[in-house]
Amino acid sequence: MSRIGPCFERLQRAGRTALIPYITAGDPEPAVTVPLMHAMVEAGADIIELGVPFSDPMAEGPVIQHACERALKHHISLNQVIKMVQAFRVDDDTTPVVLMGYLNPVEIKGYGAFAQDAATAGVDGAIIVDLPPEEAGGYITLLKAQQVDPVFLLAPTSGDERIQKVCAASGGFVYYVSLRGVTGAAHLDTQEAAAKVATIRRVTSLPVGVGFGISDAKSAAQVAQFADAVIVGSAIVKRIAALVDNPGQINLEVSGFLKELRHALDDITTDQAVTTV
Amino acid sequence: MAAYALPDERGHFGDYGGIFVAETLMEPLAQLRQAYERYIKDPAFLAELDEDLRQYVGRPTPLYLAQRYSEHIGGARIYLKREDLNHTGAHKINNTVGQALLAKRLGKSRVIAETGAGQHGVATATVAARLGLECVVYMGVEDMQRQAINVYRMKLLGARVEPVSSGSRTLKDALNEAMRDWVTHVDDTFYIIGTVAGPHPYPAMVRDFQAVIGRETKEQFSTQVGGLPDALVACVGGGSNAIGLFHPFIDDAGVALVGVEAAGEGLDSGRHAAPLCAGRPGVLHGNRTYLVEDDDGQIIETHSISAGLDYPGVGPEHAWLKDSGRARYVAVSDAEAMAAFHGLSRIEGIMPALESSHAIAYADKLARELGPEAAIVVNLSGRGDKDVHTVAATEGITF
Repeated sequence: MSRIGPCFERLQRAGRTALIPYITAGDPEPAVTVPLMHAMVEAGADIIELGVPFSDPMAEGPVIQHACERALKHHISLNQVIKMVQAFRVDDDTTPVVLMGYLNPVEIKGYGAFAQDAATAGVDGAIIVDLPPEEAGGYITLLKAQQVDPVFLLAPTSGDERIQKVCAASGGFVYYVSLRGVTGAAHLDTQEAAAKVATIRRVTSLPVGVGFGISDAKSAAQVAQFADAVIVGSAIVKRIAALVDNPGQINLEVSGFLKELRHALDDITTDQAVTTV
Repeated sequence: MAAYALPDERGHFGDYGGIFVAETLMEPLAQLRQAYERYIKDPAFLAELDEDLRQYVGRPTPLYLAQRYSEHIGGARIYLKREDLNHTGAHKINNTVGQALLAKRLGKSRVIAETGAGQHGVATATVAARLGLECVVYMGVEDMQRQAINVYRMKLLGARVEPVSSGSRTLKDALNEAMRDWVTHVDDTFYIIGTVAGPHPYPAMVRDFQAVIGRETKEQFSTQVGGLPDALVACVGGGSNAIGLFHPFIDDAGVALVGVEAAGEGLDSGRHAAPLCAGRPGVLHGNRTYLVEDDDGQIIETHSISAGLDYPGVGPEHAWLKDSGRARYVAVSDAEAMAAFHGLSRIEGIMPALESSHAIAYADKLARELGPEAAIVVNLSGRGDKDVHTVAATEGITF
């Protein structure tokens, strides 16, 4: 059973916004990943989004492109990423893990084998950036049969009809891409995002996560006012990139940053609680 | 038998094609699809396109019997469809003229393109200059070195050439970067893809703009020779010149269709660009097709002496034509293509692009197989001026 639904229920009862950090598996080297996942949970992450490196990551900005390149120097495959989740599960059986990547590695492995191995290892959901619901019929069925949530994306360009289609296909949560652009871009328009998330909520009861362009505590807090989850990727990966020659410092650095984000999200939650009272 | 009518309404050629892109591009692609379906049947649009092809591009291009070359090979008669005589020197402009007209109809003020050899980049910069559109061309830094003259040509035409230094620094990475640009500037930008790859409707749309090659060939062959040729031969990178030639002949079962991929240093060497001959199906750049990839599904760096063929994927319609058996695909090495380049230059006074030299090289073999009664049409997709530096370098000459 996917851990994502219960996780959001717990958070909603506590009136908290989920913090979802993204890292690329195997970046900058394979041994870093599992300990970093634990450190992120310790620092306040609610769900972990684990990137599956791909040679042609079309939706990524330069920061995550380079992370993929660093991981691929170690030939990190989809199977190895699944094994990392399995290793993470030895000490953590509650924090949901969502894989994020591109279709071709999944296509080559086979959707059925992917769904089964992912479920066995303790993967809770998968985001395939270049797989829209229109092409995902068989994939959705196979994932849901293994109780792995297929998380689909929505964007500023998605019209009402697509919003319905994407929400109907999604499990776990819906991922709203908050800007026209690639990951790590710097032109987040929180007002536009808030309006779109409101539209999405009219269609679905699934939680809505918002990502792309959230780079610091301030933007995280702004997004937390209207999102169920705040997804932060490039801002974390940038900190990892600065420490490729000193990987021993990565956990500390990333944890420090996540704590800042956590405080910002919890302050908002507290403010809102006070306002409501 | 029903007439050939692929792709279906979702852009599928059998198992291939489709729309595999990030969500942000789904609506813009739907709009493009609607516009394309509307204008490709619109008499005013088609008349304007036809006028541009005649007055600006210089069509129709000749179907030329390479008599001395055919005699030299000693087999079938070899006819050359002279796409090298188009404005800007290759077939690429057939498509950019069409897409630029669509961009205008859609009110877009900016066009972007990816380029490998630089021919598509030049063809895009050319039509952008003519229509007064801002133009940005993405090009791998590796290709910018190989095709420095084309880089300068694009700049002279007023385009900005953006160097791409990610991945293998060639055409596939330029395509990634152009997609990233499009996703960022989707409201005012039209992405002019240069080949029959990418998400639907690109493979069908680019094919339809290039099919003028095959339509003219059919008519010219019928008038000049009578009947239909026995075989059509074209090089295949992404595959736009090949589809352009093949498409009007798909229902003519007696005409053999042969696509020639780049074997680079040999299919066994691992240094090639031949997804149909030595790859397997996967998903890249918005469609499902044959790819050069490893067991983990990572795309492998390809190699060809010809920058225009140096691409790990291929148009999905070629994947379908291969599996259905309607077309067959072979591969020709760097060395064989180079020999054909020299042969055609010396014997016919026509210097072919290194891409087209692959098609010539295979036509030599096929001409001997088919014998003197047969006729083969080779798509001479581009001229070789841009490759003079590359050819000279193989002989140790620098300028």
